[in-house]
Parts: sequence; structure tokens; C-alpha cells
Amino acid sequence: MTWLNIILQGVLIGGLYAMFAAGLSLIFGVMRLVNIAHGDLIVLAAYAALMVTQAVGIDPLTSLILVVPVMALIGYALQRGLLNRTLGDDLLPPLLVTFGLSIIIQNGLLELFTADSRKLQAGVIEVQTFQVAEGLWVGLLPLIQFIVAVAVIAGLQVLFYRTALGRAFRATSDDQSVAQLMGLDTRHVFAMAMALSLAIVAIAGVFLAVRANFDPAIGPARLIFGFEAVIIGGLGSMWGTLAGGVILGVSQAVGAQIDPGWQLLAGHIAFLVILAVRPQGFFPKVSH
Amino acid sequence: MALIALALIVLAAAPYWGDRQTLRLLAEVFTFVALASLWNLLAGYAGLVSVGQQAFVGLGGYLLFALAMLADVHPIAAIFIAGPLGALVAIPVAALIFRLRGAYFAIGTWVVAEVFRLLASQVSVLGGGSGISLPAAVVIAMAPSRQMREFEIYWLALGLTVLVLAAIVVLLRSRHGLALTALRDNETAAQSCGIDVTRIKFLVYVLTAFGTSMVGALIFLQKLRISPDTAFSVNDWTAFVIFITVIGGIGRIEGPIIGTIVFFIMRQSLADLGSLYLLMMGAVAIVVMLWAPKGLWGLIAERYGWQALPLQRRLIQNDTRTS
Repeated sequence: MTWLNIILQGVLIGGLYAMFAAGLSLIFGVMRLVNIAHGDLIVLAAYAALMVTQAVGIDPLTSLILVVPVMALIGYALQRGLLNRTLGDDLLPPLLVTFGLSIIIQNGLLELFTADSRKLQAGVIEVQTFQVAEGLWVGLLPLIQFIVAVAVIAGLQVLFYRTALGRAFRATSDDQSVAQLMGLDTRHVFAMAMALSLAIVAIAGVFLAVRANFDPAIGPARLIFGFEAVIIGGLGSMWGTLAGGVILGVSQAVGAQIDPGWQLLAGHIAFLVILAVRPQGFFPKVSH
Repeated sequence: MALIALALIVLAAAPYWGDRQTLRLLAEVFTFVALASLWNLLAGYAGLVSVGQQAFVGLGGYLLFALAMLADVHPIAAIFIAGPLGALVAIPVAALIFRLRGAYFAIGTWVVAEVFRLLASQVSVLGGGSGISLPAAVVIAMAPSRQMREFEIYWLALGLTVLVLAAIVVLLRSRHGLALTALRDNETAAQSCGIDVTRIKFLVYVLTAFGTSMVGALIFLQKLRISPDTAFSVNDWTAFVIFITVIGGIGRIEGPIIGTIVFFIMRQSLADLGSLYLLMMGAVAIVVMLWAPKGLWGLIAERYGWQALPLQRRLIQNDTRTS
């Protein structure tokens, strides 16, 4: 029963990793951009939620009403103002510019909020648990987090295949110049993708901040978790990122149970093993 | 060339004209020139943008400590053993992460560095998570006096950096170098000319690991103390190195040298600003990448047509009709 419990906790935390991954996967899919600052943006969202909760006095989950649009706006502006300039055949500019951005966000947060670790208080839902089976307990917060993750990914799936914006995303992903010929403003489409990515980042950031302590330096590790979930799940597949996140979460939970020092290591090793035996991931995108 | 020889003689004689602080600073400058030149070879020429070279800096450092403490190897010999061992480790690592393309390769290298860091903190004979100092007996065995030891480390740093630079120049002037330059300019075109792109990338990755591990071993011989967080620091061994290379000029041998000088001038004058200084560094790197992607040396070279070492191949046109 202990092991079943551990695996269940791993699955639930996997939802959070899937949210880290979904934003990363989305912009890679649409514009082949890998955002090295993705993890730092998650932390930025956590601090934004911290400021909102302190200033307005609302609880963290309600603060999403403000944090999500703000992060989406930042994403739109960032893409239009900076990142669109880096896109092209050359791999270096987007990588190095987002790497520079990562350093700027980390040190900016350090300057503003110091290196002290913070946490968002969500009240009773943090500690509420209920029994799902004999000896099997689930926390309310992890459960909400997982349901939100599933909803986010289902929402992305609908958006991609059922809406005009999704059609524009798929068109630019397939062939940028043809999409442009068909009258799409790709700069705007890219900016919308980044806005959407950062909206998901905002949700992920708030859940991260409620779940555990955070400080300005934890961004890169979140980027790595998101990235591992993307690769495990298979590039380009949204439901794959959920599976990837869950696999990563379960590996970490099992590793931590064996030895606390092995929590992160077990996750990385699971990733490397999957890379070795199944480099295309579990749910690679089917050709369309 | 004469200028370079003169500079080398002056630098080699530094123990006779510089004080201890100058020597220490110069040795640090040399190690950064070497690290940045190696990263430049990897990213600028072979197109393998790694943000995980700290894996090999740290590996080299830990190899030095392991060899010196557990196998009684002389520290200087350990530096030279760390190179081939680092290359050996790089072979399976490359086999694995070469499955990732482009930017995902970059993050893959980072995961490898994280794995190394976490593994290092599990090795309790080498201090585990909190790190360890090189035992006094090992340090004293290097040279009887502290001054002599500092001179030795200085010359080692200078020698190793010259060696790394010379090796890169020799590589770039070889047949492989021509292939690498072609690769830098256009990967698809290079492939269509019959260059085995994967093989040469693999070769460069392993060679870079060789050099980086040696430099890493030397860095931690200077520091005399190692811990997983300092050995595998992404800021110290990757962010700074990328900054140096981008500012100086990526894909040019002179770039990392100019970049290191600029970096150290900035650091000496702005380090008091703490995190603000790093923030500025990130901003400068973005500005350079977007508006002067060839870096400082690129600007100079375009304007004056200079090159420090004969690496460029020019087409000589013989117009026979008029003669």
C-alpha cells in the first residue's frame, strides 16, 4: 500500500510537470523555439502571484484571474518585441537570447525579492485529504492540480484542432511562408502562441508556489523537468506531455522513497533511459 | 605572429614582474580563455550549442581530487590524466544526447551536467554534498614553498591555455578544420559536399570534453577545494563562458580572447553591483546577439580585415587574360 500511495503522489505531481511541459511544447511546435527562460518565467509567475495575494489579499488560486492575463501580456510583448527578431535558420540567436533572458529574470528577482524562499498560503485546501481506498489517501490540492493540468491539456487540444487560432498555429507550424502567403501575420501568430504559453506558465507557477517553497534560483530545474516530460512524452504531442510528466513524477517519487538523495537523480535517469531506448518518446506526433 | 610570441614571453615572465594578486587574476583569465575557446569550437564551429559544459569542468575537478587523494597521483599528472578520462566519459554521453537535435540538445547537455552534480554529491569519500579540500600533504608534495606552487600553477594555466589554443588552431587548419568551417557556414551545403557531419560533430564533442576536463582539473587545483555546486555551476562555467564568446565573436578563434578581456574588465569594475552586474551581463549578451551577432572581433575584423592567426582561406584569382 505504501508503494501504491507513492506512485499515486507521483502521478499527481506529474500533472504539474505536464503544465511546465505544455507551454514549452506549444511554442516549440508552433515556431521551433526552445525557451531557456521557461523555468524562470514560471518562477516569475510565482512571484507575481505572491505580490497579488499580498496587495489584494486574495488567495493564490483566485489570484490566477490577474496573474494569467498579466503573464499572457508579457508573453505577447516579449515575442513581438524581442523573440521574433531571433527566429530564423540560425539556431544560436533564440538559444542565447533566451539564455540571457533567463539570467536577467533570475537576477532581477534576486534584486527585488532577495534569495529568501517564499511560499503561497492557500489555506485549508493545502491540508485537506480524503481516502480513496483502504489506506490510500489523496490530498485535495494535488488532486485539484492534476485536474487543472488535464483540463489545460484538453483545452489546448480543443484550441489546436477546433478553433481558428489553432488552425493558424498548425499552419505556421507546418510551413511558415505558405501560412504567410495565405494572409496570416506570423509575427502575431507567434506572439499569440507565446502569450498562451505564458498563460499556462502562470497556472503552473501558482501551483508550484502553493505546493512548495520557491526562490529566484529554482527556475532552471523547472525548465529541465518540463523538457524531460516533453521528450519522454514525444515531441509535438500534448497528451504525451501529460504522460511524460506522470512518468517523471512517478520516477522521482519512487527514487525519493529509496533514498532522499535519489529523488532528482531517479527522474533524470528515467529520462536518459527513455532517451536511450525510445528517443522518439512514447507518443510521437503522427505525421499529418 | 611576432606580436603573439612577444605577448607569450611577457606573460611567461609574469612571476618575475607581477605580484601574487596579478598572477592569480591572470591564471583565472587564462582558464576562461581556454574554456571559452573550447566552447567556441563546439558551438561556433560544430553548431553544438551546449549549456552543459560544466559537466566536464566538474568532472575534471573531481577526477583531480579522486586521483590525487585516492590513487596518490601527483596533481600535475592528474590534470593530464583527467583529459583522456573526460573524453572517455564523453563518448557514451555523446551517443546518448546526440539523439536530441538543436536546442533540445542544449538542454540535454544540461541534464547530463545535473546528473553528474547529483552523482558527485553521493560520493562520500570526496566530501558528498558539502565538498572537500585537497589535503595539505598533496598540496605540499607539489612544491615545497607556497610561492613556488603558485608559480607552478600559473605556468600550468598559461601552458595549458596555449596548448588548447594551439590544438584548436591545428585542428582548424587540418582537413577536419576545413570541414568544420564549412559546417559553421552551412550545414546542409557541407553535407552535400560529402562531409560526414555526425562523425565530425562527435569528434569535436569528445575533443572538447578532453580539453574541458583538463582545464577543470586545473581550475580546482587553483581553488584547492571542490563541492558539487561549485564544480557543476552553470553560472560560472557556462553562462560566463557563453557571454565571453558571444561578446568577443562566436565562430572566430580571436573572439573568446577579446571576450575574456572585456569580461574581466567588466567584472573588476562592476562586481560590487552583485546580481545587478549579472543582469547587465545578460542584457549586453542579448543586445550583442541581436545587433552585432559576430561580436566585437567580428566588427574589428570586418572593418580592418585583421586576423590574429592565418585561418581564413581566401580565393586567389589569377586573371590570365590581361597578361
